[in-house]
Amino acid sequence: MANNVVRKRPLHRILLAAGMWLIPVVAVIFGAGNWLPPLASEHGAGIDGILRYLLITVGALLVIGHLVLGYFILRFGGQERVGPFRMPSARTERMWSLVPVVILALVAEGGVLVLGLPVWDKFYASAAPADSVVIEVTAEQFAWNVRYSGPDGKFGPTDPKRITLNEPLGLDRSDPATKDDILVLNEIWVPLGLPVQILLRSKDTLHSFFLPNFRVKQDAVPGMNIQFWFVPTKVGTFELACAELCGLGHFEMRGLFHVLPREEFQKWLSEQSPAQ
Amino acid sequence: MLTAPEIDPVHAPTGFIRRYIFSTDHKVIGMQYLLTAMFMALVAGALAMLMRLQLAWPGQKWPLLARIFPDGMAGGVMKPEFYLSLITMHGTLMVFFVISFALLGGFGNFLIPLQIGARDMAYPFLNMLSYWTAVPASLIMLASFFVEGGAASAGWTSYPPLSAVREAVPGSQWGQTLWILGMAIFIASFTMGGLNFVVTILNERTKGMTMMRLPMTIWTLFIASALGLLAFPPLTAAAILLLFDRHFGTSFYLPAGMFFGNKLLPHAGGTPLLWQHLFWFLGHPEVYVLLLPALGVVLDILPAFTRKPIFGHRMTMYSLWTIAVLSMIVWGHHMYVSGMSPYVGEFFAIGTMAITLPSAIIGMNMIASLWGGTLRFRTPMLFAIGAISLFGTGGLGGIFLGNATSDIHLHDTYFVVGHFHYMIGGVTLFGLLAGVYYWFPKMFGRMLNESWGKVHFWVTLVGFYSVFFGMHFIGLGGQPRRYYDFTKFEFLKPFTEMNLFISIAAFVLGAAQLLFLLNFFWSWFRGTKADSNPWQAATLEWSAASPPPHDNWGEKLPVVHRWPYDYSLPEATEDYAPQIAAPAGGRSGSWR
Repeated sequence: MANNVVRKRPLHRILLAAGMWLIPVVAVIFGAGNWLPPLASEHGAGIDGILRYLLITVGALLVIGHLVLGYFILRFGGQERVGPFRMPSARTERMWSLVPVVILALVAEGGVLVLGLPVWDKFYASAAPADSVVIEVTAEQFAWNVRYSGPDGKFGPTDPKRITLNEPLGLDRSDPATKDDILVLNEIWVPLGLPVQILLRSKDTLHSFFLPNFRVKQDAVPGMNIQFWFVPTKVGTFELACAELCGLGHFEMRGLFHVLPREEFQKWLSEQSPAQ
Repeated sequence: MLTAPEIDPVHAPTGFIRRYIFSTDHKVIGMQYLLTAMFMALVAGALAMLMRLQLAWPGQKWPLLARIFPDGMAGGVMKPEFYLSLITMHGTLMVFFVISFALLGGFGNFLIPLQIGARDMAYPFLNMLSYWTAVPASLIMLASFFVEGGAASAGWTSYPPLSAVREAVPGSQWGQTLWILGMAIFIASFTMGGLNFVVTILNERTKGMTMMRLPMTIWTLFIASALGLLAFPPLTAAAILLLFDRHFGTSFYLPAGMFFGNKLLPHAGGTPLLWQHLFWFLGHPEVYVLLLPALGVVLDILPAFTRKPIFGHRMTMYSLWTIAVLSMIVWGHHMYVSGMSPYVGEFFAIGTMAITLPSAIIGMNMIASLWGGTLRFRTPMLFAIGAISLFGTGGLGGIFLGNATSDIHLHDTYFVVGHFHYMIGGVTLFGLLAGVYYWFPKMFGRMLNESWGKVHFWVTLVGFYSVFFGMHFIGLGGQPRRYYDFTKFEFLKPFTEMNLFISIAAFVLGAAQLLFLLNFFWSWFRGTKADSNPWQAATLEWSAASPPPHDNWGEKLPVVHRWPYDYSLPEATEDYAPQIAAPAGGRSGSWR
């Protein structure tokens, strides 16, 4: 091929190749940055592990793809062929197709099967440990109603028929199980290092319980009681955001998530005045 | 193979209205779709500019805009409900009324008869009806901005209860009802068009045009139409159920115990998840309905500007079909954290990752198609190469989201916004623009201005990466989508400058498209005259006159002797052989 090729050097050959090579440079600069919110949960380490694994492997594919594309542009840009072009055989084409298939089977399916599903199973499909702190969170436009069961370990029953502006959860204040329940608005207190189980509900539309630092996100769906658990690993105050469009105040549906050392948490809990 | 019987020469209609308004000529209808799409793109693009204005300078007063939108921007400050209408309508208009209109309605109608050697579509009247059904659908969508409560504001996905309960959000009053009606009429229009495409491609091919000699554009349009015909009906059903929930007191999507506006709603028994399943059963294939024709355009442009067939024609074809089939069974990857069973989520994660395999084959084949070519850097080729880059970057980003576990963190963040703009925003836009630059001479007999085109390409490519690439990373940082204002959260503060940069880049990207519109209309009437085959391309449409006459081919239909990519043949003196060139030799006769 090389001896019957006439080369020209159009401007766009250089520009395009440079453009295609600039993209991996930008990708590496961005990809090397520390974008994730500081981690504060146990299972979150698994999610971060997957994200890092993908940033490196998928990032490498992006870099290689663009370097090759830029090189082909540079090499074949502007050449004038005088002779014929020889088609690769169907077999060659099939063999080459194995390259992306094998790579992506490893990178993408491997990422799901080896790294992803164990963490997924632990977060979603395993029962909460017996020593979990159980917290009921009921989302509404545009607030988080937080409830602890109190010393009896039982949540008082709720009924939507009893909901009023003063009784946002529809509690029955005369019920013995309700009397020691602790109600908080837009703030959640949890102990460090113990499993936290969230019972998530919604009384109006869809919401999503999003704790960026904990790599936790779960939609709240009216008519459904959804449970999940995780273990906080860092003391501090973190933000709770709504991640599913829920109306006008979606962008300011903010809550606070306080992780306290265990003793301080017990102290906080004992200081709370119960519902009734 | 069936061929259209030779009929009396078709006489072109003479009156203005029959010729240009209520025309049954596929070329005129294609053009009508393309122009409608361009108008809708102006509207939907302007909505995006308004969104970025708010996100760059939240709460800023814009007195001039208060005059244009006395309600949504009363006092010059954008209201949250107006912002939600903007995101909803930007998404809806762009997906259904811009990209679908342009790629399927525009290119599909214009190209199918020309590339398969027919005089028109199989059902010309149905074709006209399809367009004139799409017009009221568009008008209804646009009108929804002017009703009480404003346009729909539950997002383009229109999840209930927000979209089902009138008290939930202002746009859920008449705006949402109009959205449902507009979508239902749009789907009726799409169904007529899609049926017509499938029937025409199967039945109206000229002599010698076997299925395997069809160019990639036709193949992808065929697959996309079939996919759309399978996927759209569930959304129609879903939309009707939603309409019933809204107006007739049913509870398909609404459970018991919902408390809105200080009152308990009387619904019981439904679940919002039903809508999500039905919506994404359409919504995911719809991505490929838009993406595949854009890839088809790119795959057809590459041979003409590399002077060789694409690499891996067969494997690409198998991959396109595999993607189409798989796309029907992966919708649940939009619902990993929706409350759906986590075990179902695992199935969808594994299935979604399977799509990366054929997609990667297509991506690699597109890059490999440059190998050994003689590259000609005309504007269509530039946009085609841009589309390859975007397909790579966007597709790779999808691997983060398809993995259910990492999606826990990334779901509904700007990572998703960045990703889907690369795929259904970027690959489709670049494929579309590549196609317009490429087929403009066939449409109007004139060339688009090449220098303006190159400027347009560079600003669009740099602008596109500037707007959407960084979104992936602020998504990693957790910035949620559909937020009217990012200043309420501490953890979003570090992204303030990034959001400002994205907005400014978006304004540049938007302005560059005006340059294209200017070029389009100027070149339509004043552009350099083009001959019938300015790119020396081999596909059949370039054997017709530019612009083609009413019956496309004059007295005799063309006869096809070879596949559409006979470039740089060993035995030929010319470096390409059009499909009508006889006798067959070299690679023709088979797929090759």
